Amino acid sequence: MKEQGLSEYHQYYFKNKLPPLWGGLGRGFMLAKRIIPCLDIKDGQTVKGINFINIQNVGDPVELGALYAEQGADELVFLDITATHEGRKTFVELVRRIAREINIPFTVGGGISELKDADALLSAGADKISINSSAVRNPKLIDDLAKNFGSQFVVLAIDARGENDYWTVTVNGGRIPTDKELFSWAEEGESRGAGEILFTSMNHDGTKNGFANKELAKMADMLRIPIIASGGAGNMDHFVDVFTEGKADAGLAASIFHYKEIAIPDLKNYLRGKGIVVR
Amino acid sequence: MKIVIIKYNAGNIESVNNALQRLGVKAEITGDHEKIKTADKVIFPGVGEASTTMAYLKKEGLDSLIPELKQPVLGICLGLQLMCSYSEENDTTCLGIFDEQVKRFVPEPGMEFVTKVPHMGWNNITNLKSEIFDSSLEQQFVYFVHSYYAAVGEHTAAVCKYINPFSAALHRDNFYATQFHPEKSGTVGARILENFLKI
Repeated sequence: MKEQGLSEYHQYYFKNKLPPLWGGLGRGFMLAKRIIPCLDIKDGQTVKGINFINIQNVGDPVELGALYAEQGADELVFLDITATHEGRKTFVELVRRIAREINIPFTVGGGISELKDADALLSAGADKISINSSAVRNPKLIDDLAKNFGSQFVVLAIDARGENDYWTVTVNGGRIPTDKELFSWAEEGESRGAGEILFTSMNHDGTKNGFANKELAKMADMLRIPIIASGGAGNMDHFVDVFTEGKADAGLAASIFHYKEIAIPDLKNYLRGKGIVVR
Repeated sequence: MKIVIIKYNAGNIESVNNALQRLGVKAEITGDHEKIKTADKVIFPGVGEASTTMAYLKKEGLDSLIPELKQPVLGICLGLQLMCSYSEENDTTCLGIFDEQVKRFVPEPGMEFVTKVPHMGWNNITNLKSEIFDSSLEQQFVYFVHSYYAAVGEHTAAVCKYINPFSAALHRDNFYATQFHPEKSGTVGARILENFLKI
């Protein structure tokens, strides 16, 4: 922070000749940037994660989610990577437990291809659902979900890989390319009624070299709905960059939180020190 | 203490029940007039659209019951908006407990890049009044999801700013309401619910 309280965040906006933020230079009245840990679930258990001293069973998504919530996570994402029918039922039951125990909003995703899948998760207490491959196969699913449950309930997750500045939407964890292009698909998703975009860059995912800030910023300029950035988080400066250069509304990460490389309270303090509004 | 959550055609009702259970409090979700009238505390939550929910409240006779309640009543999100006199959302006449108009957020020209609608996420509350707040809650962040808002007026009990200042909470006599979701607002939200239960 410089004298007169001009933060790096504001300096960035002034340097780029953007209009002043509506919150002015004060701390009050700002929508906070969100930090979102993502938990992969298989057969009702978290897949990643090492031992946390504070909790008994790191494999239990409810315990791990509650710990993150207590540490200041703003939202949680639970992705079901179970393929079996029995696993699906376990997941709905798990969502019911999460809703009972956790006092912050949470999104669930994985295997939602029909309205009734979403309805079961909503009834179980999910605040939002995320759809990915199923929306690529059947874009009308976005319209149907938004009409039935409201846009605020629908997160469109997009995995994409870039080559020579052309970004191809992929499915099945980035393994299968589709005929869709990232930016036009994001725009289509918004116009069909998605309430948020969760963009994962497959070029950056797992590299720990930072988020796809150029693409994120381009998307932010095009869309009017919030963007959750995913893929590439390796250190705390990467979050600073994604909220300034990348213009993202939220930053999502998994392993750096699960392997305790970054603690959420430290990250929040660091961002605050850089003048970024966090809770 | 008997706590009733009003059951109607709106989402998110179970979330409020979960939050009360985390506080160790049992509540009944019901649309039964007698049970609502005789409860010690009434919670009127909701996520949804104004005109269809008002139509349902009318059909069930809840539109005349709710404004007549004498015990502490807490409206949440859509609950707050329905407790106002009018909502721009599909031109809906509401319950009229608070003499306020509910308007849609309109981003100011040239500021589109920071003014996305709905207002979704964590924002802070200031100028706190009424028993549901205490001094520890000033400037704290709470969780919002909404496209419509009640302007700041004589019944405003908390102010938030998004595009323009608006009522994050309202209070008149035994009626309390929050535009944000205390049931999703972490420990801050839990404290607000506790404060309401203590009234």
